[in-house]
Amino acid sequence: MHVSSRLAIYALLELAEEPDRQISVSEIGEKYGVSAHHLAKVMHTLGRAGLVRSIRGVGGGYVFCGNPRRTTLLDVITLFESTAPGADDNDNAATETEAGRALAQVMHEIDDIARATFGAITLSTMLKQMHRRRAPRGETATTSPS
Amino acid sequence: MQTLSRPQDQAPGGALGIRRAVQADLAAVIDLDRRITGIGKPDYWEDVFERYGERRLDERFFLVAESALPGAARFLGFAVGEVRTWEFGSEPSGWLFAISVEPEIRLRGVGARLFQAMSDRFRLAGIHTMRTMVARDNALHMAFFRGEGMMAGPYLQLEMDLT
Repeated sequence: MHVSSRLAIYALLELAEEPDRQISVSEIGEKYGVSAHHLAKVMHTLGRAGLVRSIRGVGGGYVFCGNPRRTTLLDVITLFESTAPGADDNDNAATETEAGRALAQVMHEIDDIARATFGAITLSTMLKQMHRRRAPRGETATTSPS
Repeated sequence: MQTLSRPQDQAPGGALGIRRAVQADLAAVIDLDRRITGIGKPDYWEDVFERYGERRLDERFFLVAESALPGAARFLGFAVGEVRTWEFGSEPSGWLFAISVEPEIRLRGVGARLFQAMSDRFRLAGIHTMRTMVARDNALHMAFFRGEGMMAGPYLQLEMDLT
C-alpha cells in the first residue's frame, strides 16, 4: 500500500471517529509522525473526493463529510494508486515468457484477494475493529460509530 | 455436547423475534432465496430443513427472523448453520452457511440479529470459532460479515476446473 493511501486511511479514521470535531493537519501529522506538508496533499485529494471538508479560520482543520458505512478502504486507496489487475506489471518482456505469465497469474490472484478484502471493509468496520481492541479483556466494546 | 433449549430472541419492545424454523416457514424461505438468487430450489431447502431443522438440534440451527407483532408476524429472513468437526483438519467450529434478509428491510439490523443469534447458539454448544465462506465478488455479504467482526481465517478455498 502506498504511503499516501495509508495516511489517507489514518486521517479518515481520525476524522470519522469524531465527526463533530475539527482536527488540524498538524495534529494528525504529529500523531502519525508525518510531515504536515505531505499530509496536506493527502487531505486535498480527500477533499476533492468529497470525504473531508476544510474549515478555515481560527481553530480550523478538517471534518469528515463522507459516509463511513459506504466508504471502503478500496475507495480510499484508488484515490492514490491504481488497483487494476497487473498495475505493477512493469516487466513487459518477462510476461511474454511462460515463467512470466505463470508468475503474473499468481500475482493477479493475490491482487484479486487484496481488492476483494479492501473493498469489503468500510471505515465503519475499521472503527468497530479499533473499538473492539480498546475493550477490556472479557468485555465487548459497545461503542457504535456512526 | 450440551443440549440446547430453544431460546426466543426478542428485540427490545418485541419488534423482532428469532426462532427455529418450522415446516410452515419453508415456503417463505424458498421464495426469498428464489427472489435473491434467481434460482428456485425447493428440493434443496426441503433437504436443508430435514437435516438442519429436525435432526441433531444441539448442533444444527435453522433460524428465522420475524416481526413479532401479535397476530401478524411477518417473515423477515433466515440463517442456517451447524457445528462441523474435523473437516479439513479443523477442530469443531460453527459454520454459518446461509443467511438472507428481505431486501426492503435490509440495513435495519435483522441480519446482525440473525448473525448474533447463530453465534450465541454456537457458544452455548461449546464452540469458540465461527466460520463462513463468501464469494469474492459478493460485496454485500463480504461487507456484512466484515462489519460483524469476521476476518480472514487460516484456510484458503482452492478449486480447479474439471471440464
